Amino acid sequence: MSDSTTHVAIGGDITIGCTVNGEAVAVQVPVRTSLSDMLRAALGLTGTHLGCEHGVCGACTIIVDGAAVRSCLMLAAQAEGSDIRTIEGLAVDGRWHPVQTAMHDHHGFQCAFCAPGFMMTAVAMLEDDPNRSEQEIREELGGNLCRCTGYESIVDGVLAAVATLRGAS
Amino acid sequence: MKAPPFAYARPTTLDGALELLSTHADSKVLAGGQSLLPVMNLRLGAPSLLVDISRIPMLDRIVVDDDGAVTIGALVTHTAVEGSADIARHAPLVAEAAPYIGHRAIRNRGTCVGSIAHADPAAEMPAVCLATDAIMISTSTHGDRVIPASAFFTGFLDTALRDDELLAAVRFPASPPGATGSVVEVSRRHGDYALAGLVCRLVVERGTITDAALAYFGVGPTAERVPEAEALLVGSDGRGPALDRAVEAVEATLDPPSDVHGTTAYRRHLAGVLCRRGVADAIARSTEEVA
Repeated sequence: MSDSTTHVAIGGDITIGCTVNGEAVAVQVPVRTSLSDMLRAALGLTGTHLGCEHGVCGACTIIVDGAAVRSCLMLAAQAEGSDIRTIEGLAVDGRWHPVQTAMHDHHGFQCAFCAPGFMMTAVAMLEDDPNRSEQEIREELGGNLCRCTGYESIVDGVLAAVATLRGAS
Repeated sequence: MKAPPFAYARPTTLDGALELLSTHADSKVLAGGQSLLPVMNLRLGAPSLLVDISRIPMLDRIVVDDDGAVTIGALVTHTAVEGSADIARHAPLVAEAAPYIGHRAIRNRGTCVGSIAHADPAAEMPAVCLATDAIMISTSTHGDRVIPASAFFTGFLDTALRDDELLAAVRFPASPPGATGSVVEVSRRHGDYALAGLVCRLVVERGTITDAALAYFGVGPTAERVPEAEALLVGSDGRGPALDRAVEAVEATLDPPSDVHGTTAYRRHLAGVLCRRGVADAIARSTEEVA
């Protein structure tokens, strides 16, 4: 930034430089674009799902600079310089993340529209502190809505992931 | 839904931000955006310019004065408030209210000061400000201004801030000896907006309440105190008949709105229940601390 202020006109575009799933990207989007729409439309990362688009359902949860955030409540412009991780970045070399494996083993999801948001929430939670009690897991997952499962299988899956991660460390 | 078009600026100095706010009518400060962006996505608001203050240095600080007063800067997130040992020690009601706000992903981005500036009547932090006599520190190209919480929340989503002002920080005064308190609320799901909530702050000396603040949220167009009930608690032990009279005063004074989540009568009932619960919790804590 040469000037002390980046100033963009109404209807204009803005170029965002950030890291997405380990890869540096530079993408030009209209100023009003949400981070979720930048990921989905501009980068084709449609694994991030949009439910309510006002922060209630949690389906669009991703990890920005290590913390779970609602990608529908963040402008692409705010992500300048950020390190972004989405559901597409969880598996490494085709091997699932322990949270993905645990969810699969415990039939965590049915229709799975909410799945990416739940798994990114769970991954952020366990990276912050892997030793989570069931009560803590339920509280942290409280910001994500699932209309199919009744949540029990999701909680079972995260508890299994906790056990796996504990065994691995 | 998607936000309507707007212009966006990301100043890197406070002066740069204030200049933009003073020269652009209908501009809005963007910090975490967890209140502003839903409002825009739902098309309930359409500011012409967003001034993103996230890259301005020094606004993310939590400062504790020698006397124990805590000043929270405009970029301090709810998650940072939750994790702050200084706030837990010197501004315990702020720390206690923080986990009730939204969900983890919201608290990771949303700011404490932003929630206060947004002044949602169902939000926790405005009530904490009223209960603790917090001081708002606003700034503009015309200089700084301090506004007591009692004069700050002027109406539904409305505050004493002028359009060209930025709420730079909020200062929570040091607690006097004997101070105790509690935050209690009823919501359908933890993290959702409360149907009714109470921030209760008492000063208890040898079992007698010498000062009381009952700040409710979710029961009117702004967070509000109930001086009628507070006066009935002062001089009492906060139990038995004294507490009964305070509960009656709360129910007689508050006139909560009716909506799909709860009727006026139900919210009024909750307010009374929360008075009983909040005062009892606060007194129980003060006894624990003495013991």
